[in-house]
Amino acid sequence: MKRLRFKEKLYKWIFTILAFASLFFLVGIVLVLIKEGLPIFQKVSFTKFVFGRFWYPTYNPAEFGILPLILASVWVTLGAVFVCVPLGIGSALYLNELAGPWQKAILKPIIELLASIPSVVFGFFGMVVLTPFLQKIFHLPTGLTALNASIILGVMATPMVCSLAEDALNYVPNTFREASFAVGATRWQTLTQVVIPAAGSGISTAIILGMSRAIGETMTVLMVAGGAAVIPHTFLEPVRPMTAAIAAEMGEAPMGGSHYHALFAIALILFVITFLFNIIAEIISRRFRIKLGLSG
Amino acid sequence: MDNAIKMQAKNVDFFYGKNHALKNVNLDVYANKVTAMIGPSGCGKSTFIRLFNRMNELVLHTSFSGKIFLDDLEINSPLVDAVDIRRRVGMVFQKPNPFPKSIFENISYGLEVNGEKDKQFIEERVIESIKKAALWEEVKDRLKESALKLSGGQQQRLCIARCLAVKPEVILFDEPCASLDPISTGKIEELILELKKDYTIVIVTHNMQQAARVSDSTAFFLLGELIEFGKTQDIFTKPRDSKTEAYITGRFG
Repeated sequence: MKRLRFKEKLYKWIFTILAFASLFFLVGIVLVLIKEGLPIFQKVSFTKFVFGRFWYPTYNPAEFGILPLILASVWVTLGAVFVCVPLGIGSALYLNELAGPWQKAILKPIIELLASIPSVVFGFFGMVVLTPFLQKIFHLPTGLTALNASIILGVMATPMVCSLAEDALNYVPNTFREASFAVGATRWQTLTQVVIPAAGSGISTAIILGMSRAIGETMTVLMVAGGAAVIPHTFLEPVRPMTAAIAAEMGEAPMGGSHYHALFAIALILFVITFLFNIIAEIISRRFRIKLGLSG
Repeated sequence: MDNAIKMQAKNVDFFYGKNHALKNVNLDVYANKVTAMIGPSGCGKSTFIRLFNRMNELVLHTSFSGKIFLDDLEINSPLVDAVDIRRRVGMVFQKPNPFPKSIFENISYGLEVNGEKDKQFIEERVIESIKKAALWEEVKDRLKESALKLSGGQQQRLCIARCLAVKPEVILFDEPCASLDPISTGKIEELILELKKDYTIVIVTHNMQQAARVSDSTAFFLLGELIEFGKTQDIFTKPRDSKTEAYITGRFG
């Protein structure tokens, strides 16, 4: 009897520790980011760092303004939204509301498969297929541009947006649809006036998490965004998003130097951005569950 | 039963996959009367009334044969749009299912989807419908509030109001009191008796007393078959079939 209790307790502790491991990792990573990132602000003020227009980390004297990098990330992410929202939401609506059983059986695994393609493969596809194509149709000096990165990132985020949006649509109780049909609404009216508003916040969560995925993506933007740390004016220019700057420069930045600290500070800012995205998504999705009368 | 026939089912068979849910059902629904469908769970009574507004079309892997008429119109004919049928044959469901919208919007919805644009007309019709559903006193000051804040019984009356707003000719009630308390149930029953002046009513119920209280004619279903159909009074006092008698006296159910 006593041994049994001891075993129970042991199991409980093991699983508690496993469950809290993520928390330790999170805290550990944040601490490292802060410790390695903050020293740069002794050299450059926070505002000059964030709003500085020039990123010349290896010049003498060096310039650490990351506005071009932030804007590059923002542009590329917004561009990706224009791709992944219609694709992701559209396919979710199709899967949930229109597709018959066999279309669903084929499409769902395929869309999920898209998510399992490694990002380097997406990047490669962008370089080899999309780059020459864009170069040709827009007569550009280089096809490695914000547009290119946006398209590829958008396609990459599509499966996530689709599957989260489909979950949201699935949560909409069938009784709402029946009620709508019962007063003589058409399928389209039911979809646009009952189902989508009811799933609205769930769908916005999907979009925000898709954006969070896009802004944090590294390998693809490193390969296809073009890499120029200059404030972009159009989607057809090469850009250098924050993640790409970190990945490309970390190897050559002398450890403990200003450049090194600056890269950590970028990572910290990126972390804060994605963290905010996730919190917003969580708040919206909680409201959504309450609205539908599901457990908050 | 000297009344006109409003809806009529002829030789209706219905399958869920291979499950034969309704077997050669023939039944007449009389205008401005309440027709009750009773029978144990799974006897096909809900499936049956969902054929009257073509609601079963939304369920996959089903098949249907036979004919259902609304007046002289065969509702499953390829020339007929299900949307038009549902406008004329309204439905109130087992579980109150208001939309996650305001009380007002819940009721105006049916008018809007049917192309009504006149704001004043919509407002008048919404108020009229809420009054008819005996809900006005309880909600008149909170029409802009979410319908989900109402109690279960109020939600169900709201659903009735939503149904009334589009002025159907027939209203199908699918166990409308299944999830309600006795007081709310009493209110809904009163309402049904009131509504039959203007509408033809079909009600599925689990509750035999309810059928006895509100209906003019009663149909008893068992395992997909219509066992007996007649005046409510006759069904409950002198059933012709021994199975009906066994059911209404509570020997199974």
